Amino acid sequence: MPETGYLLAVLAVVFAITFALRAAPFAAIDRLRASRLVGSLARWLPAGVLLILAASTVRSSAAGGRVWQALAAVAVTVVVHLVGGRRTLLSVGAGTATFVLLVNLL
Amino acid sequence: MTEVLTAPAPTGRRTNRPDDRLDDRPTGLRAEVAAGVRDSLAAGLGMFPLGVAFGLLVVQAGLPWWFAPALSVAGFAGSLELLVVGLAAAVTPLGTIALTTLLVNFRHVFYAFSFPLQVVRHPVARAYSMYALIDEAYALTAASPGRWTGPRLLSLQLSFQAYWVSGGVAGVLLAGLLPGPLEGLDFALCALFVTLVLDAARGRGQVPSLLLAGLSFTLAVLLAPGNALFVGMLGFVALLAGRHVLSARRARRA
Repeated sequence: MPETGYLLAVLAVVFAITFALRAAPFAAIDRLRASRLVGSLARWLPAGVLLILAASTVRSSAAGGRVWQALAAVAVTVVVHLVGGRRTLLSVGAGTATFVLLVNLL
Repeated sequence: MTEVLTAPAPTGRRTNRPDDRLDDRPTGLRAEVAAGVRDSLAAGLGMFPLGVAFGLLVVQAGLPWWFAPALSVAGFAGSLELLVVGLAAAVTPLGTIALTTLLVNFRHVFYAFSFPLQVVRHPVARAYSMYALIDEAYALTAASPGRWTGPRLLSLQLSFQAYWVSGGVAGVLLAGLLPGPLEGLDFALCALFVTLVLDAARGRGQVPSLLLAGLSFTLAVLLAPGNALFVGMLGFVALLAGRHVLSARRARRA
C-alpha cells in the first residue's frame, strides 16, 4: 500500500490543479470572451477531448490480450445508448457488465 | 437522464438575464433549494452507482478506504478520480499525476463562459460553486440557462457532491463484503466516456473535431505509445489551433 504521505500529496496536487482550472477563468472571463481562438476552442474541444479519453481508456482496458472483449463491450455500450434512449446509467451498466462477464467467464 | 451527462458545446454568450437574480427573495428560499435538489435527481441516478464503482475500485486497488471520500472532496471530478486511483496505486510520480489532472480536467476552463456564477453572491458560496463546477453542473446549467438562483444552483451542486461522496463510501463498504476483486469493473469509466462522446457528437458540426481527435490520438499511439494520452491531447489542441487559423482566413476571403 502506498505511504500515507504520498497519498496526501496526491490529494493536494489534484485539489490545487482542479480548483485552479475551474476558478481561474472566472477571473479572466471578459478578456477570454473577447478572444476568437478561445471561442473556437470552446466550441471544438469538448467532443474531441472526450473521444481521446474514450479511446485511451479502451486502449488500457484492451491491454493484456483483451482486445475483442473490450471492443465487444464498447459495441454493447454504443448500441444500448442509442437504442435505449441515451440513459447513461443503463448504457454504462450494460457495457461494464458485458466486459466483466467476458473477462471473468471466458 | 438523457441530457444530464452530455457535454454540449459551450455557447459562449448565454449569460443570465437580470430577471434571473431572484436569490434575494427570502420567501422563495425553500422552494429554490427544493428545485435544485429536483434538478439534481436524474444525474444523481448515474452518479451514485458510479461512485459505488469508484469506492470498490479504491479498495480493490489496495488503497486505504479513506482515500475514496478524501479524493472525492479534494478533486470532485468523477473521471479523473477513477484514473487517479490506478495512478496512486502504482505510486506514479506526482508530476505525472499533476499533468494528467491538468489534461483531463482542462475542459473545465471553458465552462466559465456560460456558467451562471453571478447568481451566487456570498464569497464562500461563490468559491464552493466554482470548486463544484463538475461536468454535470455545467451540462444542466448550459441546457437551461436563465432559471438559476443562488440557492437553487448551490443546492444542485451540493446534491451532486452528496451523491458522489456517499456512493464512494457505499462502494468501500460493499468491497468489504465481496470475496475477492472483481476484474474488469474499471471498464465503467471507458463506457462513461463512450456515452459522453455519443452525446457530445450529436449533429454534424462536431464531425471535424472528432476526426482531428481520432487522427491525433492514432498518431500518438504510433509515435509515443508510452505517453499517448498526453501527446494525443496536445496534438489535438494544435490541430484545432490550425483549424481556427484556416477558418478565419476563409472567412476573411469570403
